[in-house]
Amino acid sequence: MKKAIADKAAALKPSGIRKFFDIVSEMEDVISLGVGEPDFDTPWAIRDEGIYTLEKGRTFYTSNSGLKQLREEIARYLRRRFELSYHPLKEILVTVGGSEGIDLAFRAMLDPGDEVLVPQPSYVSYVPCVSMAGGVPVPVPLKAENDFRLKRSDLEGLVNEKTKILVMPFPNNPTGAVMERDDLEEIAQFVLENDLYVLSDEIYAELTYTGKPHVSIAQLPGMQERTILINGFSKAYAMTGWRLGYACGPEHIVKEMVKIHQFCIMCAPTNSQYAAIAALRDCDEQVEEMRQAYDGRRRFLLHTFKQMGLPCFEPFGAFYVFPCIREFGMTSEEFATRLLREEKVAVVPGDAFGDCGEGFIRISYAYSIDALKKAMDRIDAFISRLRAQR
Amino acid sequence: MREQILTFLEKNSKANLGELAIMLGTSEETVEAEVRKMEEEQIIRGYHTLIDWDKTDVEKVTALIEVRVTPQRDQGFDRIAERIYNYPEVRSVYLISGAYDLMVILEGKTLREVSAFVSNKLSTLDTVISTATHFILKKYKADGTIMAAKEEDERIPVTF
Repeated sequence: MKKAIADKAAALKPSGIRKFFDIVSEMEDVISLGVGEPDFDTPWAIRDEGIYTLEKGRTFYTSNSGLKQLREEIARYLRRRFELSYHPLKEILVTVGGSEGIDLAFRAMLDPGDEVLVPQPSYVSYVPCVSMAGGVPVPVPLKAENDFRLKRSDLEGLVNEKTKILVMPFPNNPTGAVMERDDLEEIAQFVLENDLYVLSDEIYAELTYTGKPHVSIAQLPGMQERTILINGFSKAYAMTGWRLGYACGPEHIVKEMVKIHQFCIMCAPTNSQYAAIAALRDCDEQVEEMRQAYDGRRRFLLHTFKQMGLPCFEPFGAFYVFPCIREFGMTSEEFATRLLREEKVAVVPGDAFGDCGEGFIRISYAYSIDALKKAMDRIDAFISRLRAQR
Repeated sequence: MREQILTFLEKNSKANLGELAIMLGTSEETVEAEVRKMEEEQIIRGYHTLIDWDKTDVEKVTALIEVRVTPQRDQGFDRIAERIYNYPEVRSVYLISGAYDLMVILEGKTLREVSAFVSNKLSTLDTVISTATHFILKKYKADGTIMAAKEEDERIPVTF
């Protein structure tokens, strides 16, 4: 028989948390802080709209780019929240989660050998999506001393004539880092000087705790025409299972993304699209309530780490904290595995998000405060024991 | 700050104020002082416990009673409301807009006890024109809390 698997697929590294997942599923009484999705149910108004849509029998394909009304709502939302102006019918594409938008952008924009700058630690799908699209991912290590914000100096020396796209993964999973306006200005300048495009993954845009609204790099002068903006409903509206996101960008790029989307997906789920209209119209208050709940938990965790003497920078976004575990002299994976076996708390080793995440662990606070308290007690017991042994 | 404290305490009157302070990003003293002030100003009127009596051996019957009354000169509904709310078995009294005037929530041990209260005490008040009693058969949600058992976390335990 001929070789079944393409070299490109075979070369993809399997997900680094599979092993963990297997251990966790065999254990009882595990508190998992390893989840990358909200603990809240989707607000009822949205679920209700989904049910109503089914009752009405709206079960057909929508147009490839998504329902017109939904794209209009998305355009209104982006204007109202981030002062961004996109043409609803030409510059917005509704996708199956933010992930599809990321994949489409790379496939539409990369020629073989084109390089993509991927700041890390970051979400695990950028690198494989770039590779599958024929591009070359170039990791950009973010530094703990900069609170994992991207600095111009991190990028210097990594650009050549093949460099085409800079990924902007902020607010960041797994570190919780955000980029504020002045951080972004420095990067935008660099992008313009080097004639790059930006893929800005802002799926956590609603979940920031700086006291100021999230700023998109697309808001800065000269950037919108170079930026593909990725956002979606999963995190802000607790709609992960609905699989709905969107990509916005210049018409000539979005047009090509729609072409690929049309051939491989046809359209995003119709039911989810109708529900998402309700989300954008009626759920600002619920989003804010969830944000405040996350903020309280975030402060609680930071306070607890401080008491434990576990170094952790203050993250201002998403629902993760990223404490440093270097003092224990083991790798993130060893630390996470022992913590799971000995104290039954699941966290994700930082190096799962890029080599420079080594020495850190990702802790999600998409859990009730009671669960977090219990988990922190166990982590405290674990690290006290480790320290006593040294 | 006040609103945040109240929102929090409304959900959990047992909340530890030190922890609440951490979550609000302020000091324990500030939260304590604010709570004390709100107690003095009678904004905070009590710290109750939400009990699912159905899970105990205690027999309890709750009834909603719609009451139509004749308002009194100079005193409106206040005087008659007072006469009703002073009975200890009356849990709540609300002035209502619409087809009737007062909504009285009553708790008794048995149906008979509640009926006796309505016929002997409530209906006999001078200004009461009529009453309609509705017994509560099942509590699905009370004071914002869904009474059905909580479902387990169905999320996949480790995801990116």
